[in-house]
Amino acid sequence: MSGDDLAVRTEDLSKRFGETVAVDGVSLEIPVGDVFGLIGPDGAGKTTFMRLISGVMRADSGQAMIAGEDVIADPEAVKQRMGYLSQAFSLYADLSIEENIDFCGDLYLMPRDEVQRMKEEMLELTDLLRFRKRLVGRLSGGMKQKVGLICALINRPQVLILDEPTTGVDPISRRDFWRIISQLPEQGVTVVLCSPYMDEAARCRHLAMISRGRILAEGTPEEMRQKVAGTVLEVTADDVRAASRALSDLSSVRRVTPFGDALHVQVEEGREAVSEVRRALGEAGVDEDEIHEMVPSLEDAFMDIVTRGDRVA
Amino acid sequence: MPEDLAIRTEGLTKKFGDFTAVDHVDLEVRRGEVFGFLGANGSGKSTTIRMLCGLLAPTEGRAEVSGMDVREHPERIREVIGYVAQFFYLYGDMTVRENMELFGGIYGVPEDELPGRIDRWQERLDLGQYSRVLGADLSMGMQRRLSLACAVLHQPRLLLLDEPTSGVDPLVRREFFDVIGELQDEGTTILVTTHVMDEAERCNRMSLMDRGRIVAVGTPAEIKEMSGGRIYSLEVRDLAKALDLLQEREGLRQAQPFGRQLQFQLAQGGDDEAEEIAAWLRDQGLDVDDPEPVRPTIEHTFLTLLGGSGSEEDDGQ
Repeated sequence: MSGDDLAVRTEDLSKRFGETVAVDGVSLEIPVGDVFGLIGPDGAGKTTFMRLISGVMRADSGQAMIAGEDVIADPEAVKQRMGYLSQAFSLYADLSIEENIDFCGDLYLMPRDEVQRMKEEMLELTDLLRFRKRLVGRLSGGMKQKVGLICALINRPQVLILDEPTTGVDPISRRDFWRIISQLPEQGVTVVLCSPYMDEAARCRHLAMISRGRILAEGTPEEMRQKVAGTVLEVTADDVRAASRALSDLSSVRRVTPFGDALHVQVEEGREAVSEVRRALGEAGVDEDEIHEMVPSLEDAFMDIVTRGDRVA
Repeated sequence: MPEDLAIRTEGLTKKFGDFTAVDHVDLEVRRGEVFGFLGANGSGKSTTIRMLCGLLAPTEGRAEVSGMDVREHPERIREVIGYVAQFFYLYGDMTVRENMELFGGIYGVPEDELPGRIDRWQERLDLGQYSRVLGADLSMGMQRRLSLACAVLHQPRLLLLDEPTSGVDPLVRREFFDVIGELQDEGTTILVTTHVMDEAERCNRMSLMDRGRIVAVGTPAEIKEMSGGRIYSLEVRDLAKALDLLQEREGLRQAQPFGRQLQFQLAQGGDDEAEEIAAWLRDQGLDVDDPEPVRPTIEHTFLTLLGGSGSEEDDGQ
């Protein structure tokens, strides 16, 4: 892939805090127009990586290019081409939604009429039109998040970087949020986000899984699901917890995760596993309704890959 | 109150001035179940929980916890419940162990039993090595664990968890739900709020709240049935244009992007109608694959029942 098709390229990017290596030799390529999700456990290095590529924090070593600009050599040039929404972003509580957006536009020296046009379009898309005059201090978390997103987009960035954009936000605001995100690739905007939520990860076009500062796996959400070692069985039973207890210690079972009235049981490849599961349930006196092989969920993949802790091809 | 109910409310209402935060809620939570308490931001979930804890007096109606009226016995209720608030409310300038000692003391855990219980929960929630770390220096995941530990030291019969896993990763969430399962095995009733729909999947039953009212109650399977029409997924080249077109089209409930896919929900009908929509998009010049049926999730029902209301915006603030 030539450099022109890449919105973000990092090579061997590293950052250390004292003894802790937060980001450890990360090389990633994110094509223009992608919606790219970085997923990983608490403390895996997600936020640090976002800060490094947005030039908010300086890397110890390695390279990061955003929209063709070298972040480390020229962080100012990058800022013109990038929008960044951090977890702790702040808006002015004593200004209205509209005033916050206008102010942001002024900061970026954007022409007033262009800000005006963007603002109308975005407020409509996010269902915020009728609240334009409301003070930001009086908005709920989900609404603030949407205003933050509009502000991050006001300078028409080529790359939009979002650090856990929908933590604590309900599904309705999340849907509104993703309505905007999904329109961006067609406008040539690349979105890079990180999230601890797998249902959010499922909405991305490409994913990378990070743990202890290193990338363990990359691919589309569908490809990530296929990276689970062995097979995942969906077992529905009347007494899910009894079923879970009966299966946890079986040698062929790697992991048992309850999902409502079903269990996801990750087993070694092969036919015997199903019969072993069935036998164990029978011995424990658990009535099983159904056992069938399923496409692993992203959460199954996440747990499997992070627990194994090694790079997965 | 029937013996098998841990929580029962009748017409429970809370008003703040002109704003009705909780509007005649009738809720029954059975003893020993894990009950998901779902709803949009600002729909009244936290206010309801605070009334159940006896922290906030109802304007109207009644609420019973473990057979006791929350108005008449607020102190006794505090002895039988454990409460984890949405935000970290422990002491940042005290260590993990000091926080646990303080909360154990407040909740009246017998002095000779407290050290043993603290040890057990420190170990169970992997807090042992952080015993001497200050609350303020813990990561989000660790703060959540500590909050849970402090809430269960006095072995409450009912545990009220307000977004206990907001912002934490699947590994920590899974561990939380494992602990919830163990507490359930020991006979504890758990009411938990969450915005994460796969977490809601792990509850025995759940309710959906909208603008102060309960609009649906059921098992995860029953809630999914309420999602309305059938759901399909399409792969389409120009996602934004397809979304725009589908907003205009009749007979559709929801259309939303999902990676490279577009998901839509039919108001009526099945495969034939879905095919028709794909064909119609092709007529508009879009490159569209055949629609695939999608299993409904709790999120679909959430969006169907609450999606049009814009409830969080009308929270009267």
